[in-house]
Amino acid sequence: MRTLAQTTQEVLGLAAKHFQLPAGSLAPEDDFFKKLGIDSLQTLEMLSRLENHFGIELPDYEVQGISDFKTLAERIQSRL
Amino acid sequence: MLDLSKYQSMGASLRDALDTFADETCLIESDRDREKERITYREFKKRAHPLARALQDAGFAPGDRAGIIMTNQPKWLISAYAIFYAGGVLVPLDYKLSLEEQWQLIHHSGASVLITEYPIWRHLSASAGRTSATKLRTVLVTEVPSNADLGSALRWEEFQGADEPRFVPRERKDVASIVYSSGTGGRPKGCMMTHENYLEQCMALTSIYPFWPGVRYLSILPTNHAIDFMVGFFGPFTCGAAVVHLRTLRPEYLREAFPKYKITYVSLVPLVLKNLQKGLQARFDALPAGKRKIFNALLLINRALTKGRPRPGISRRLLKQVHAAFGGELRTIIVGGAFTEPQTLQFFYDLGIPVANGYGLTEAGTAITVNDLRPFRADTVGKPLPGMEVRIVNAAADGVGEVSVRSKTVMAGYLDDPELTAETVVDGWLMTGDLGRFDSAGHLQLAGRKKNMIVTEEGKNIYPEDIESVFEGLPVKEFCIFAANYIWPKRSMIGERLVLVLHLEAGEQYSDELRRGLNARNNRLLNYKRIHGIVLFDQDFPRTASLKIKRNVLAERLAELDGARAILSL
Repeated sequence: MRTLAQTTQEVLGLAAKHFQLPAGSLAPEDDFFKKLGIDSLQTLEMLSRLENHFGIELPDYEVQGISDFKTLAERIQSRL
Repeated sequence: MLDLSKYQSMGASLRDALDTFADETCLIESDRDREKERITYREFKKRAHPLARALQDAGFAPGDRAGIIMTNQPKWLISAYAIFYAGGVLVPLDYKLSLEEQWQLIHHSGASVLITEYPIWRHLSASAGRTSATKLRTVLVTEVPSNADLGSALRWEEFQGADEPRFVPRERKDVASIVYSSGTGGRPKGCMMTHENYLEQCMALTSIYPFWPGVRYLSILPTNHAIDFMVGFFGPFTCGAAVVHLRTLRPEYLREAFPKYKITYVSLVPLVLKNLQKGLQARFDALPAGKRKIFNALLLINRALTKGRPRPGISRRLLKQVHAAFGGELRTIIVGGAFTEPQTLQFFYDLGIPVANGYGLTEAGTAITVNDLRPFRADTVGKPLPGMEVRIVNAAADGVGEVSVRSKTVMAGYLDDPELTAETVVDGWLMTGDLGRFDSAGHLQLAGRKKNMIVTEEGKNIYPEDIESVFEGLPVKEFCIFAANYIWPKRSMIGERLVLVLHLEAGEQYSDELRRGLNARNNRLLNYKRIHGIVLFDQDFPRTASLKIKRNVLAERLAELDGARAILSL
């Protein structure tokens, strides 16, 4: 079982890869809308990638209103 | 289709629709790639009537208000029907609002019943705002896990009356719903929509974009949104068509839904439409040179053959693969909620997939104009719908003035706000606050806004006053938020931005610390409500005797600055 810290690091790594950013360029507190310059649809695409990686389903309502990686990782962790 | 001119209320027309189209498919619910269920109009009635009865048994009386906060799903429509059947007033609320905003609107609407989903209720019930909804007596929650403790709330699925409900007739001028067009800050704008508003709007829209049994409408825009409420509920139901609900908006499942359910109509906001365009363009660009040449030639032929009007049969044969990806039966994409760029409209029309763009606002009963596609015009928002009188007020020399509307679809007024109602509806004419002109063919062309607000590409209306409270306590002398376009009009409906005007204390500089404070506050706002820049202003803000900022006077003074240089990034 992953720890929250591990999950958070994996989320950051995958997001960086998905949006073709250098590894380590994202931080848990970053606002992904601002940092990545993405809209809500691109966020949904990123979520699908995270779901595949972690082997979970994250209903849209679970991620409604979230804009930082830390909270996103917490939601993922709760479903692992 | 039912003849809606003969009906007095939504409840009566929907009641007859359920019997008239009893064996037709009414709703299809899909979660990702799994179809959850498919029900007929007969089954819909079987589920809705016990709910209506239970509401009546619980004391829900004619004219009482019931809020719905749900994602798009069959239980949304079943609940709405039960409310209308019992003579109630529906309050559709946006599930994407913050918890505080939701409670504020529940309180403002005076709702005695709230119907919501468990994931939403879990957060709502724990929110401090709950205590404000003093009139709320009954809370119904769908899809509750078996071991969950609901407190005084009740399970929607178990809330069923044993006997038949009593149908409560309503008159055309009675209020059917209270729809919040915006204003979750100091002044909620609850548009009181009458039964007549909906009946007339439905007749006008379906005269141009008809529904019939066998049509499948894909419901993506939130159902609380005026467009989906009309074309994803009332319109298809009174014509016996089917509505498809997806429980996720992930692009990959959206794409799959079109061919899987042979979708006929879908409504999208411009942001999603542009995303779709981007994806398609990338696929066209990736074609090998030879195939691309052929494809471009087919596009040109299609454009020539559909110049006067859409010809779906020909377009589907010419551009077979594109249409197959959309299921082969897509007639029109309805776009709304915000302004759509002409090149996006042209892109889809050239593919033989017309986009029904138009112009409207909640206060006008949704659509005021739509493009009737005869012929297609990408540069306008179409002609007024049947029954709509539209005129341009205080037009300048180039014909541009404020768009105003008179019609049976215009709201009865704002709930509990006669002052704002009187400012907005003048002698029966709704003053839209939008600027436009008519061209020689009778098409409306929009040219910016007169009012201080923006509409995002996701179709969200943002009023600056509503978000100022987040910036309270900043170490500055005074501040005010504006739509940049309001100060420096650019006669455009796209790329609208909010700016924060700061008047610093004497001797103070715009420091990094202040910038950090601003960013921290800005980040508390939902992403689409955030400000995009600041303007430093070194004069005292003009104020009224009661010390309120005179926004229009301040905007005039700010307009003397060079907008491009005055706006600093955060």
